[in-house]
Amino acid sequence: MSLYDVIFYLFALVTLVSAFMVVTTKNIVHAAFYLLFTFFGVAGIYALLGADFIAVVQLMVYVGGILVLILFGVMLTNKITNVQIRSGSTNLVAAAVVIGIFAGALLTMMLNTRWLVNPGKTLITTIPQIGSLLVKQYVLIFELLGILLLIALVGAASIARKEEREK
Amino acid sequence: MNVWQLILITLVKIIIIITILLLSVSYLVLFERKISAWAQNRYGPNRVGYWGLLQPFADVFKLLLKEDIVPEAANKFIHSLAPFIALFIAFSTYAVIPFGPQVKIFGEPIKLVVADVNIGVLYVLALTSLGVYGITLAGWSSGSKYSLLGGVRSSAQMISYEVSMGFSIAGVLLTAHSLRPIAIVNAQYGWMWNAILQPIGFITFTVAAFAETNRMPFDLPEAEPELVGGYHTEYSSMKFAGFFLAEYANMIIASAMIVTLYLGGWQIPYIDKLGLSMGLTTILQILAFVVKVGIMLFIFIWVRWTVPRFRYDQLMNLGWKVMFPLSLLNLIWAALLVMIFNL
Amino acid sequence: MIHVSLTHYLVVSAFLFSFGLYGVVTRKNAVMVLMGIELILNSANINFVAFSKFGNYGLNGQIMALFVIILAAAEAAIALAIVLNIYKTFAHVDVDKINNLKE
Repeated sequence: MSLYDVIFYLFALVTLVSAFMVVTTKNIVHAAFYLLFTFFGVAGIYALLGADFIAVVQLMVYVGGILVLILFGVMLTNKITNVQIRSGSTNLVAAAVVIGIFAGALLTMMLNTRWLVNPGKTLITTIPQIGSLLVKQYVLIFELLGILLLIALVGAASIARKEEREK
Repeated sequence: MNVWQLILITLVKIIIIITILLLSVSYLVLFERKISAWAQNRYGPNRVGYWGLLQPFADVFKLLLKEDIVPEAANKFIHSLAPFIALFIAFSTYAVIPFGPQVKIFGEPIKLVVADVNIGVLYVLALTSLGVYGITLAGWSSGSKYSLLGGVRSSAQMISYEVSMGFSIAGVLLTAHSLRPIAIVNAQYGWMWNAILQPIGFITFTVAAFAETNRMPFDLPEAEPELVGGYHTEYSSMKFAGFFLAEYANMIIASAMIVTLYLGGWQIPYIDKLGLSMGLTTILQILAFVVKVGIMLFIFIWVRWTVPRFRYDQLMNLGWKVMFPLSLLNLIWAALLVMIFNL
Repeated sequence: MIHVSLTHYLVVSAFLFSFGLYGVVTRKNAVMVLMGIELILNSANINFVAFSKFGNYGLNGQIMALFVIILAAAEAAIALAIVLNIYKTFAHVDVDKINNLKE
């Protein structure tokens, strides 16, 4: 068992345990907190896969952006001075059974398929290549995503403020 | 050099850095109290030790001996975790900031940085965006209005100023052709400091750094007249000290980042023309880094005791309508520099 | 002991996907459903990056992961704006009880 393997199992454990806690804990803020660790674990897995840029972007966007938004969502949609924010759950048993079967099927498929494994050489840093791919091969998608983000920004602002304008 | 040797060297570096950082944080507090006294024409702490030099230790003992109060309405777990998040983030940022050139110790080339990663600048940005958590969670988990308002304000403020901070850094990255802090310092050879090449970026980055560290004139999250103590209203004893230390550690990191990105890091212009020996040059360069960081810290403190606090809408207007366009302008300026002069 | 290979990453991602799906299906609070969706997106991203490395597809997989992250940011912003609006209208964000189109 090499160092690489140990680190992989560590990150996988962090990711899966905290993901499990996210979907089972009652307190929403605790769930957001566990989600933080899930994102960290996934970032670690990206780093292990040689995707350094994606790992840092994961930290910056997911942890620094999306999770802050989610925390705001939690705080603004509950009585905020009440620290015991709970979330109910429904159909626990049925969901567990169906998703258990689904996960079993997914795992069987992943373990039994003979994947074409042909690892290329691992790059020391992926940033120059990603940069040139973004402005050459994927430039159209890149620009479209920029426009999409702008639309999302304007849309989110206008949706969230609509009520106040009517008053 | 095998793996274990590498790990050992890194551990030694971490221990040295943490010790220096902790010591300088505690003395920075004294430094700030002395400068505030100077600004207000009084003496400042001068009882414990000569010139008050033992004051930091007295402060720590006082805070250790205080009772640790957790409010009834608080979420106990997150309430006690929040200061550690703030501290952890403050200290782990320092891993990628270089404080000197490569040196040879016992024949081994050693870089004077804990982790020379090729995405160092992104790492700092990512950790800065994590800084929101310590404060927001502290504010929320205390179960108090003032704390909550402080926490919410701080996250809105930090997210807003992160944007102009990121764009300012992009200008530096353009001229340095790298995300590696050491390469950025090396690119600022001679007089070509980024502060001179991109003055607008230097200003926007410095302002954003002030806002990110929640220092005056941007210390809205803990504005005493309106919010009692802001997000750390409900904290006492060592947990309060945690936030306190984190604030000062963040100040040191912000200064070190400004020095690395804009003021040439450890570089002294044209020192190689003087014909000094290697060892002396290295020592002088490390000293230069320390002095530059010290000057930036002095400016941080000086501004705090001179400039009044912004109102919240003024803060947001400044962030989005002044600093953000200016940082975009700087990006275009940097791109023009690279295009015309092939920097 | 076998070395960590493509399958290990796929298994992690499968579990993450299942947890996310479980969260989406069982949770009542809209914000919690959103968290489940983020888990699912993350699991898909692990697959993209893993195949990008082990399948020798260059960096195309990583670019896809990058695009997914960007879209997730836009999605989270819009979704939370909608959730806030729901909260203003119904005074709760329980997705099971939001079933009338008129106020």
